[in-house]
Amino acid sequence: MAEKTKDILFKPVVENNPIALQILGICSALAVTSQLSVSLVMCLALTTVTAFSNFFVSLVRNFIPGNIRIIVQMTIIASLVIVVDQVLKAVAYDVSKQLSVFVGLIITNCIVMGRAEAYAMKNPPVASFLDGVGNGLGYSVILIVLAVIRELFGSGSLLGIQILPVVSTGGWYVPNGLLLLPPSAFFLIGGFIWILRTFKTDQVEAPDFELAPNTRAEVV
Amino acid sequence: MAEYLSLFIRSVFIENMALSFFLGMCTLLAISKKIEAAIGLGIAVVAVLTITVPVNNLLYTYLLSEGALAWTGIESMKTVDLSFLGLLSYIGVIAAIVQILEMVLDRYMPALYNTLGVFLPLITVNCAILGASLFMVERDYVFGESLVYGIGAGVGWALAIVALAGIREKLKYSDMPQGLRGLGGAFMIVGLMSLGFMSFGGMNL
Repeated sequence: MAEKTKDILFKPVVENNPIALQILGICSALAVTSQLSVSLVMCLALTTVTAFSNFFVSLVRNFIPGNIRIIVQMTIIASLVIVVDQVLKAVAYDVSKQLSVFVGLIITNCIVMGRAEAYAMKNPPVASFLDGVGNGLGYSVILIVLAVIRELFGSGSLLGIQILPVVSTGGWYVPNGLLLLPPSAFFLIGGFIWILRTFKTDQVEAPDFELAPNTRAEVV
Repeated sequence: MAEYLSLFIRSVFIENMALSFFLGMCTLLAISKKIEAAIGLGIAVVAVLTITVPVNNLLYTYLLSEGALAWTGIESMKTVDLSFLGLLSYIGVIAAIVQILEMVLDRYMPALYNTLGVFLPLITVNCAILGASLFMVERDYVFGESLVYGIGAGVGWALAIVALAGIREKLKYSDMPQGLRGLGGAFMIVGLMSLGFMSFGGMNL
């Protein structure tokens, strides 16, 4: 049992990461990662919602008629997100303003729906809860890595504390403004997938066309 | 009239749902391998956004926002603020409208229904749809504005997915590094496209 619990909890972090391998929940991964503090709150919110939605969906899984299950799952998830949203507004108003619509968008985050549908509908509550936590952690790992890279090299600070002294305040580091812009998140995730697939070659997609050797352009 | 036009252009180009706010990314990356499929999904998104954003706007103005229930004439209703129920209502409206749209199309326009096929139900969980409704509430659009914004956001998203599909169709003949093939490459392309769309950012309308 202990072995299995560990499996459920940590497999989604590395081996079956929701963002890099299952391609779920990318929207928010891109939009909220320009500051570490904001991403941490987002990770916490998403992990909570995934874990509890998995738990509750799994609790009622034997009573849901098959053809309305999406609506039932949606209602459970939406209610949880409302709770998280209200808590955030009360406890951390500034961060919730920065996250703006992205807290609400946890409802349509594919990780939550995907796990509810793929795991919680078939497994008992406690295992589902752990699966939710695990996938939340997998999501968090990527988000935190992205946010650390973007904030550290984009503005020379982490969590608002200056790490690399920037030129404008008399230091030596010239911040890379591109990293604060949204498109950089795409390049970082693209590179991340590239690295991952270099080591896990079974993930590489088969090419639609094979180049015949003699059609390669010769170097002039 | 001019303000509606500028809102439309702003929502299509400057505040493009997919390339500036990264909404609907999952579907954008998953269904952009073929242009036909991308066009079908694009049309479906435009249709659904055009209906859901104004409907959610009415819902918010007349039922959910603070003091919205004043029209009932009941004294105690005037101070009721139901806006915390927003998320639940919007997603319910979206799910219902997608379902209705599916039935109507099946009955009256079977050709279009067959083209859209599996994409219609998928749209319920497309974050661009819910995102547009949430942005509409956050920016306090009135009914007319919300209609224009819904159309504009949909057109912008459709534009992005069709353009991406076009590039990816060409790109499959190219000799990319193993690990970048497919998904990794798609990310890089969307990044470049989004960088291109940022150049609209300086425009003042």
